[in-house]
Amino acid sequence: MVKRYAATCTHVGNQNIMAEGFKTADPLEYHKSFLKENCRPDGRELDEFRTTTLNIGPISTAEGSALVKIGNTTVMCGIKAELAVPPSDTPDKGYIVPNVDMPPLCASKVRSGPPEEQAQAASQFIADIIETSEIIRKEDLCIEKEKLCWVLYCDIMCLDYDGNLLDTCIVALLAALKNTQLPKVTINKETDLPEVDLLKKCSISVNRHPVGSSFAVFDNTITIVDPTADEESLATAVMTLVIDEEGRLCSLHKPGGTALSGEKLQDCMGRAVTRHREISKLVDKILESIKK
Amino acid sequence: MDLSVHGVSPATREFGCEQNLLSRPDGSASFIQGNTSVLAGVYGPAEVKVSKEIYDRATLEVVMQPKIGLPGVRERAREQCVRETCEAALLSTLHPRSSLTLILQEVHDDGSLLACCLNAACMALMDAGLPMSCLFCGITCVIDTDGQIITDPTLQQEKESRALMTFAIDSTDKRVLMSSTKGSISIQELQEAIALSQKASHRIFEFYRGSVSRRYSKTLK
Repeated sequence: MVKRYAATCTHVGNQNIMAEGFKTADPLEYHKSFLKENCRPDGRELDEFRTTTLNIGPISTAEGSALVKIGNTTVMCGIKAELAVPPSDTPDKGYIVPNVDMPPLCASKVRSGPPEEQAQAASQFIADIIETSEIIRKEDLCIEKEKLCWVLYCDIMCLDYDGNLLDTCIVALLAALKNTQLPKVTINKETDLPEVDLLKKCSISVNRHPVGSSFAVFDNTITIVDPTADEESLATAVMTLVIDEEGRLCSLHKPGGTALSGEKLQDCMGRAVTRHREISKLVDKILESIKK
Repeated sequence: MDLSVHGVSPATREFGCEQNLLSRPDGSASFIQGNTSVLAGVYGPAEVKVSKEIYDRATLEVVMQPKIGLPGVRERAREQCVRETCEAALLSTLHPRSSLTLILQEVHDDGSLLACCLNAACMALMDAGLPMSCLFCGITCVIDTDGQIITDPTLQQEKESRALMTFAIDSTDKRVLMSSTKGSISIQELQEAIALSQKASHRIFEFYRGSVSRRYSKTLK
């Protein structure tokens, strides 16, 4: 009996080694053999997101902050506010300045030096989302027309990269903005200088709630949701859909790769709508729990 | 020029293209859509830096130069879109461990710049004689405040619009390779815009064909 147990043990051990070897030798075939059976190497279904965890307000020195994990991908977002003079062409608006940083710490493929294309493209993507969805009305950031307004620096930093950066960044940004509290500022009529009252703080109104859902396409036929870094590098195309609470598209970002048919796109839209519900519920739940 | 979309074929501005106009690159093209103009040059297949080498295919690098100043974050995002679209069309597995470089110089921007970049890129890749599985073209559409979809908008129309979409469409199945959108759109509007872009792509591919056949009929004489 004991002998047989030992025998099974080595057998299983061998299989694991075989699987590891298979993955190293031919990663694409390895992934495809899972996808054929409608599952993925980490045990997920094709339309299943990894566990999303959210920590709102971990940085006390920032005006607002959030730490989001989707699987292993970890993103931290901090909001810093500064006072400035409004832009001359739109004197009744403030500024929102997003930046996505991928330090060498987050993945071995990132080298130190100037930011990689992926980080820069992500920054531009987040800037477009802020602009498009009007997540915050820029008019709300104006304190006094032509004189004073807020600048919100939204610094998003990827601490661990395991795919699906864009979705994680959007959740982090949304949660951090919901957590942001700005002090009350008035302009002294006599001295014409701003006076900041640090004791009176109020949160900013978050106008829209965009939520992203990323998909990876394998061989034009199989679409999987929330790809890991491995899956992203093997997929023939990746796509990110961002929708708001009314179900309108804020962005359909597909930077290239193989084509996707209309019906597949429709399926992805459906998944994105349910994802929006899941994330809104999560954000509300966490905000509720930190109030207590 | 009236650019509104009512007829069967969506309106586009006048196209213009010249291939092989630069002597140093392996392939070059300039593409003009109305007043928007982009110059593209392709180098390769050439030797690749070891750090960028990919063992089973060629490494494609896209560099986008704005008309004024240094390339910024916006150019990086566009480079990514153009690069991944070209990678989908190119048969880069035929040139493993080599480098391909595509340089796009903005000459003038009067709307639909990303679409024009894609068109210039495709013509330059064709001129360089690189093996491709299909051709592609870029089309920009905007939705104006009345909800009308306008293809190939000017800069003025882009500014007055409430949503802007750029698609890359392949020549074989007329499917969407790349999509980049700005502004809030409903699903129906998106599908209308895709359908309209697919129609407009026929015209661009016809123009490609005409332009290449004109060029080769000249050289054969």
